[in-house]
Amino acid sequence: MTEYRLTTPVDEETIAGLRTGDIIYVSGIVFTARDEAHIELLKHGEPGGMDLGGLALFHCGPVMRREAGEWKVLAAGPTTSFRMESLEPDFLDRFPVKIVIGKGGMGPGTLEALRRNNAVYVSFTGGAGALAAKGLGAVREVHYLEELGMPEAVWVFEARELGPLVVSMDAHGSSLYADVDGKSKENLARILKRRGL
Amino acid sequence: MIDTQALIDRMVLGLRGGATQLPPDVVAALEAAYEREDTDTARMQLKAILDNVALARDEWVPLCQDTGIQVFYVTAGYGFPHLSDVVRAIPLAIARATSEVPLRPNTVNPFTGANPKDNLGEHMPAVTIDLEEGDGCRITIFPKGGGSENMSALWMLTPAAGFKGLKRKVLEHVQWAAGKPCTPVVLGIGIGGGADMAVKLAKRALLRPVGSVNPDGDAAALESELLEDVNALGIGPMGLGGRTTALAVHVEYAHRHPATFPTALVVQCWCDRRAVIVLDREGRAIG
Repeated sequence: MTEYRLTTPVDEETIAGLRTGDIIYVSGIVFTARDEAHIELLKHGEPGGMDLGGLALFHCGPVMRREAGEWKVLAAGPTTSFRMESLEPDFLDRFPVKIVIGKGGMGPGTLEALRRNNAVYVSFTGGAGALAAKGLGAVREVHYLEELGMPEAVWVFEARELGPLVVSMDAHGSSLYADVDGKSKENLARILKRRGL
Repeated sequence: MIDTQALIDRMVLGLRGGATQLPPDVVAALEAAYEREDTDTARMQLKAILDNVALARDEWVPLCQDTGIQVFYVTAGYGFPHLSDVVRAIPLAIARATSEVPLRPNTVNPFTGANPKDNLGEHMPAVTIDLEEGDGCRITIFPKGGGSENMSALWMLTPAAGFKGLKRKVLEHVQWAAGKPCTPVVLGIGIGGGADMAVKLAKRALLRPVGSVNPDGDAAALESELLEDVNALGIGPMGLGGRTTALAVHVEYAHRHPATFPTALVVQCWCDRRAVIVLDREGRAIG
């Protein structure tokens, strides 16, 4: 387990050097996209012509407040990534993002897309919305706010050491979630047998 | 004459507290879990959770960006004369809290996708009213997030499958759900009554303080066996492996029809938010 402090845009070599179990803190541009935003971006391309190369995509629907004309983030923990499983492989093939931030893990389709595109999936602690807001820092811009509403809009942040983030799916086909799934299935079989269920 | 404005103010405060302050029983259970875990990954998840709890508490900002849908339980004494005032105040308080706390606008029309942005809507908020002896009123605010609610389930078991079937279903389900409901979770299990009542009981079981034990010996034994087995699955905090998959299992039951064995599971994430307001006969907040 190694700890890294990364700044987006992140280069290919850095991503290839990350392994499951490593801890990272991310600074620089991080943008949010949930189900609806994935669909919009796949349909219409980069939001506002943004260059997504090397950036971090965050599965998050934040609580925002407008104060004196400026958006402020109050709570912004990760949402359940698995809802985006059917969209993420296409998203990673189309856009050169290097870090996907979420919670709960993703499936084999995304794991393969991460390998194919040299990207990683990292886990932020679910529900830790106040902590995430502190790491996300200032809002640079927002897209699709009118069309999709606050949680589904694409919020673009200038993050300051967002973390700790666990590398849970790396660019080499390793997934902590697959490991835990395998072990917990063995444990389940053992428990059911012991209890005579 | 009840002071309606004071009542609404108190409810807004309750909604704010519900979104930002985690109850002490939940914090104590999370601290105990942190001590129990022995891997860096599991301890780091619980440390982030506890840091987040402290940050939200000190700054009065929402613990989680999913501030939930606002579920209300109103238990009024037969002699409490202001039940209608209480029920009418609830939506007014929610609309105000949505902009003041703020709460994320979370109510969506299932057909059109339209969001009224005030956390109100058809059958929203969910208000359950119960009556009991006495002349006061107790209001419990239970903000319920979507991620954990998605992992809930109802099984209409056969009486022959019974408790063995129930245990098997719960363990298989928790293994499948893994870290998706933001483990460590609290599991509410409702047994009997009917399909609707089993779910109601399961959700209501979540209102009990974490660590409380059902006074019924059989229900208590089921709670402790399931907690032990769920934690032996090894899913751990956030599904990244560890000893703490659940903080507690709470079981509630009703008598069942002899041909049915309804069993419901309602899952609560670690962010087990609750706020309670107690009113006296005049509708003044005394707790």
